[in-house]
Amino acid sequence: MKNTVNVTRRVALGLVAGAVALGLAGPAAADVDFSGQTIEWIIPFSAGGGSDTWARFNAPLLSKYLPGNPVVVVVNEPGGGSTKGTNLFAARAKPDGLTILGTSASTQFPYLLGDPRVRYEYKDWKIAMAGPTGGVVYTTPNLGLTGPQDIAMLKDKELVYASQGATSLDLVPLLGFRLMGFNVQHVFGFKGRGDGRLSFERGEVNIDFQTSSAYLKNVQPLVDAGQAVPLFSWGVLNEAGEVVRDPTFPDLPSFVEAYETLHGAAPSGPEHDAYFAFFTAGFPAQKMVFLPGETPDEIVAAYQKAFEDMKADPDYQANAEAVLGSYGQVTGALAQALFEKGTTITPELRAQVSGMLAAEYGVKLGED
Amino acid sequence: MIDTLFLALTELLRFEHLAYMFLGLFVGLMIGVLPALGGIAGLSLMIPFIYGMDQVSALAMLIGLLAIMPTGDTFSSILLGIPGGSSSQATVLDGFPLAKQGQAARALSTAFISSMFGGVFGAVVLTGFVFIARPVILAFGSAELFMLALLGLSMVAVLSGRSLVKGIGACCIGLVIGSIGAAPATGEFRMVFDIEYLYDGIPLVVVGMGVFAIPEIVDLMRSNQSIAGEMPLGKGWTRGIRDWTRNWFLSLRCAAVGCTVGVIPGLGGSVVDWIAYGHAVQTSKDTSNFGKGDIRGVIAPESANNAMSGGAMLPTILFGIPGSGAMAVFLGCMVLIGIEPGPSMVTTDLHLTYTMIWSLALANIFGAIACVALARPIAGLTKVPFQYMAPFLMVMIAFAAFQSTRSVNDLIALLALGVVGVLMKRFGWSRPALLIGYVLAPQAETFLYQAVQFNGWSFLGRTGVIIIGALTLASIFFGLRNRVDEHGKVVPVEDNAPDVPQFKAHLPQIGFAAAVLALMGLALFDAMQHDFLGKVFPLSVAVVGLVIVSVLLWELWFGKVGHHSHFDAELTGDHVGKPEVKGLWSGLIWLSVLVGLSALVGFVLGVAAFFLAFMRLRVGASWLKSLHMTAWAVGGIILAAWMLSLNFPSGLLQSLIDLPWPLR
Repeated sequence: MKNTVNVTRRVALGLVAGAVALGLAGPAAADVDFSGQTIEWIIPFSAGGGSDTWARFNAPLLSKYLPGNPVVVVVNEPGGGSTKGTNLFAARAKPDGLTILGTSASTQFPYLLGDPRVRYEYKDWKIAMAGPTGGVVYTTPNLGLTGPQDIAMLKDKELVYASQGATSLDLVPLLGFRLMGFNVQHVFGFKGRGDGRLSFERGEVNIDFQTSSAYLKNVQPLVDAGQAVPLFSWGVLNEAGEVVRDPTFPDLPSFVEAYETLHGAAPSGPEHDAYFAFFTAGFPAQKMVFLPGETPDEIVAAYQKAFEDMKADPDYQANAEAVLGSYGQVTGALAQALFEKGTTITPELRAQVSGMLAAEYGVKLGED
Repeated sequence: MIDTLFLALTELLRFEHLAYMFLGLFVGLMIGVLPALGGIAGLSLMIPFIYGMDQVSALAMLIGLLAIMPTGDTFSSILLGIPGGSSSQATVLDGFPLAKQGQAARALSTAFISSMFGGVFGAVVLTGFVFIARPVILAFGSAELFMLALLGLSMVAVLSGRSLVKGIGACCIGLVIGSIGAAPATGEFRMVFDIEYLYDGIPLVVVGMGVFAIPEIVDLMRSNQSIAGEMPLGKGWTRGIRDWTRNWFLSLRCAAVGCTVGVIPGLGGSVVDWIAYGHAVQTSKDTSNFGKGDIRGVIAPESANNAMSGGAMLPTILFGIPGSGAMAVFLGCMVLIGIEPGPSMVTTDLHLTYTMIWSLALANIFGAIACVALARPIAGLTKVPFQYMAPFLMVMIAFAAFQSTRSVNDLIALLALGVVGVLMKRFGWSRPALLIGYVLAPQAETFLYQAVQFNGWSFLGRTGVIIIGALTLASIFFGLRNRVDEHGKVVPVEDNAPDVPQFKAHLPQIGFAAAVLALMGLALFDAMQHDFLGKVFPLSVAVVGLVIVSVLLWELWFGKVGHHSHFDAELTGDHVGKPEVKGLWSGLIWLSVLVGLSALVGFVLGVAAFFLAFMRLRVGASWLKSLHMTAWAVGGIILAAWMLSLNFPSGLLQSLIDLPWPLR
């Protein structure tokens, strides 16, 4: 876990010297004081989901480590696949550090796809923290595979995947499988990755992915019992912005390695660019905390310091694994790098992806 | 296993763990008693405190809170006729008439005993079942889940009332409402008309409150009596116990049904009460009293909903799949205290599972005792003149409704569905049928689509599918034989409905049926715009609806006097000809005042203005008293919002001026 952070920390420094130049990690937080104040942390999801749990895990720690120990309350503003609460933040939040926003892949994806319900602009905000995550794709031994090295056996198989929807986080496996050249039937309408795993255990689907902590807890026992075969992890970004093995799963190839095993060369071209954009928004930059763009730098710095300081707290260390998976939360230039990569897409790529979704999966984003 | 079982008990029985369980019980009871606020609100209140607690204490507290919800809910279902939660709607059907007859104490005591039995039953079953639950849960694939949704829909037969076409029509309205929003197969947005609110569909609490609670409030507001009228409150405690003992087998069956529905992920518990209620009616010989105050109509749903909340824990802890909103929050809480759901909950973490089961059993017992103790004072509410309670209830329901998306649109949807509910009640359309259709629409559609994708149409040959299919047919058969509605048994259907022989007098009910026909036409029109997978479900529903409602219209138009389809409470109800009873619309107008004011000046200021206006203009109270009541109402909602850390829906004023919380 430590390792990931260190690796990715160098990423940022290498990747976006520009961000450092902005001085984001700069001034000390000495003159910021939130005593007696209440900070609203807007979570554009309903209570009980992954993002809500993530925020509720962080909120008391944030309160403990922000100067003046303000009360931090999580305010759920669900609706519109998280666009409603985010729009609300964009329209209402004042640059005083008293309102912050937590986003997730479901907030990034509609923005990247040009969903007409999006009335927020990521470039207007300053990032306080980014929470990366990862996941593992696995399949069933019934297809004849014994391990990741046999991935080529999947090439002409009919694969079925339980998806939450073509514009959800499952867009990443959708684009990834296409890039790999797999023949995958995506069955939509699942309520979460847990539902998808259940469907895999029932034998209804034969390829699935779980985020790291769910994989370790629920799929590893299946692998040990010979009922599942891991294929690859999505991987993490290294200092050059390339995908490398996820340190949580050092024995599993990354997505890129798996691709090379299949095709003999690294992935490239517009299809890969599209996959990579959504992969970054979905995994390395899945969870992010934002402040309005005009927020003074010392307030942003105070937040970043609090998010850094909390990592030493015993409460953080006790439950971080369960809540965050095995990925440390990151701040400063590193977070800035992930932020920029995870919220940028060229108009051509956007048109390509939404065109493909409309043509092949009947997904209409309602632009017309 | 036995060791772990008792180890978990001794662990739980330590003072501090018990103390936390009682804290959970206490908070749960407070929240549960308030209509419409349920497990989600209660758990959200608790989350800040579970930080740093040890796992056993936290679990004891959370389960204490969850376990008492379906017990505490009963108060408002029986005493006020307002469903206390989504799984205690059916209790209203017979419980509320009992309260009106002055038998509140009897109904409550029977309900609490049933709840306690259901809850403890659920816990006992879980103790052993937890080991075999995995294969059982895995045996239910999409195909079986689709059939279970159909089984749920078959309850429409027994609940459709005197006119079967109206029952099916009501179910179609529910199915159409339930299909608003993103199509499960393609993500296309259906029937949204570019209104952003509709993109997510209409929330369950809004439908439940609009269709069930508002018509009751509107009805009660028409006469200025108290709910129990001149009737004495009655004691009836021993009678309640006897009632339960006489029907213990029904209670047992319903608890089993509840537990099963809870255990199977993907069904959701919001119709478990109707399934249990329908089961009670289907299996009774003498059904003449159902809907008018049959105690079995209380025993069935109350046994089932407590058992269900236990069963629902299984998919949550074994697979991390929450069956309901409350379970989703519970899952989040588990993760926050460092417990991750998964297969280890029956191996290395078994003691935690047993801690939950023991907490569940103990909390159900203590919860029922607490409710029994509170029943007498709370039952006094039925003696309060209703005009004092009406504004409080309206505000509470509005407060509960906007929990869904925190916007004023929730209130507008609530008002719209309230109008639908009032008219359905007036014209004898089955509201349970609407709710069942609404809840099961997305499930039936999603699971059918998935089953066909996974298995092709050959899924129909699976053993489980055939068994559930047979059950469904039996349910329809017995259901049709024993149909009931709010007026008791309606089979055999006789064309002797109380009626007024002028055609003109039938125009309102014809008008309503025509409006439903137009809704079906709209659904048909909208469905045509979509891809095959997006349209096939709403299209089929709309076609069935069009046919059924056309038949109804024909019956209404040409049917002879007293035809069983004719029903209009405004023509033949008990209140007809009593001048002191106010018009049907007065309650709805007051509700629209509340909604309108909230849209203009935000919820807090809206409530304040609404309360003052209501007290002064409707009740005719003095300024002092009006201000006093207003202060209680506004203070109450601000306190609740502060504890739940939520923002109120804002109005036009807030978009112009920046106001501090809680006014913004």
